Amino acid sequence: MRKAVIIGVGMTPVGEHWKTSLRDLAVEALLNAMEDANIDKVDSLYVGNMISGPFVEQENLGALIADWAGLGHIPAVKIEAACASGGAAVQEGAKAVMSGLEDVVAVVGVEKMTDVWPSDATRYLAYASDAEWELFHGASFVALNALVMRYYMHTYGYTEEDLALFAVNAHINGAKNPYAMFKKPIKVETVLKSPYIADPLKLFDASPVCDGAAAVIITTPEKAKELGIPKEKWVEIAGMGRAIDTINLANRKDLLTLKAAKVAAERAYKMAGVDVKDIDLFEIHDAFTIMAALSLEAVGAAERGKGAELAKEGQIAIDGDYPIQTMGGLKARGHPVGATGVYQTVEAALQLRGEAPNQVPDAEIALTQNIGGTGSNITVTILRRV
Amino acid sequence: MGKPMQVSRFWRHFKEKYRLVGSKCKKCGKIHFPPRQVCNECGSREMEEIQLSGRGKVISWTIVRNPPSGFEYYKPYPLALIELEEGPIILAQLTDVDPEEITFGMEVEMVTRKIREFNEDGIILYGYKFRPPIK
Ligand SMILES: [Zn+2]
Repeated sequence: MRKAVIIGVGMTPVGEHWKTSLRDLAVEALLNAMEDANIDKVDSLYVGNMISGPFVEQENLGALIADWAGLGHIPAVKIEAACASGGAAVQEGAKAVMSGLEDVVAVVGVEKMTDVWPSDATRYLAYASDAEWELFHGASFVALNALVMRYYMHTYGYTEEDLALFAVNAHINGAKNPYAMFKKPIKVETVLKSPYIADPLKLFDASPVCDGAAAVIITTPEKAKELGIPKEKWVEIAGMGRAIDTINLANRKDLLTLKAAKVAAERAYKMAGVDVKDIDLFEIHDAFTIMAALSLEAVGAAERGKGAELAKEGQIAIDGDYPIQTMGGLKARGHPVGATGVYQTVEAALQLRGEAPNQVPDAEIALTQNIGGTGSNITVTILRRV
Repeated sequence: MGKPMQVSRFWRHFKEKYRLVGSKCKKCGKIHFPPRQVCNECGSREMEEIQLSGRGKVISWTIVRNPPSGFEYYKPYPLALIELEEGPIILAQLTDVDPEEITFGMEVEMVTRKIREFNEDGIILYGYKFRPPIK
């Protein structure tokens, strides 16, 4: 198997882009990444997107984006794995390079969520739950996460305040990221005083509905050399893992374990030949504060039930042992669902290149973890400085 | 939101949604709700129908305040994870209960209720909800 390295990254700011279409967001991020890599063509395109059909009545995103980015008659497809679509697209792109089938691939994650009413957005997102048995009963993703949050707090004795610390940390870091949707630090009280959207989950426990696109260019080290790309720009995709769990939350064997993340992380660690202690920063999927806690447990940074302790001990800050959400995470950077996994990859790559606005000193290895559904489809990717 | 033209989508689950029929694995004995073709415990494909009692207890709950479109009329409404007597956990709305009175381990029983109404087309969806048992 060949090695895969990221040689270019690009993004658009995350926000409510009422004046920009899905195609324009995607093309902008993609061209930024190609410019960063200093290349003008790629062998193929993988598009991470969750739900463009209901949101903007557009499918066939492979053709749309490759066409409008002027990439010629290349193969191009959309990869969908709910909110983990971006993470899955990065992995599919890397697999194509590693397999030897393609030499230079582009991956773009894009989502345009603000062209519809909020209640419709809530409905479309819930298409990734078990629609017959969850959405049918009026469950939104927020509600499903709230059920897990209450159960977690009850089981381990945590308070709403404890979980709010994840949001506070995300906003501290997001404040330094020019591409983040929210660039203002918040206090615990801000979270606690925000309205319940599904008790005990509050507005500030949740990531926002927003738009955005991010892209990476992946190739082999040999090809990167041939293209004359300086080594400081290479970031190896060292480990990848992906797994599913029951789509229906109620059918989960253990409601408080993200088993899919656990399995995916084990695979990724094994492939990269590292363990959790070697990871310098974690870009995990904090769509909801409870998911940040469960994700830390699933990737092995904390024991079962101890994820929220890391936040209480200050370990998740940039200077802690387990820095997370270094660019604001889903909570502050924003969570344009199908684009999120690619944003995480871009942010981790910038950290490993030493170019992050909120730099983790001497970062060499980063982990990204991207959750689809209520933990039903999860990707874990390990990136390493070359 | 999309109109409910595909009536079949709803009537094919009548048995499960009106009578709470699940499946039981003949090999390992695991009881599933909703019913499955393949056991997710042992992989067996030999299933038999099982009538669930409809009695259970609340293991977690929330109050939905920002519902998906189509449910605006009902908000806010309580939604719960209920552990059924026979083992499976089920997601359902709670009804006939004051949200303040919902507690961990609260006993509930299944009732058939209106889940949703589509005003334009007139179709009404029914299904299970759970309430504190009438003593
Ligand atoms: Zn079985």
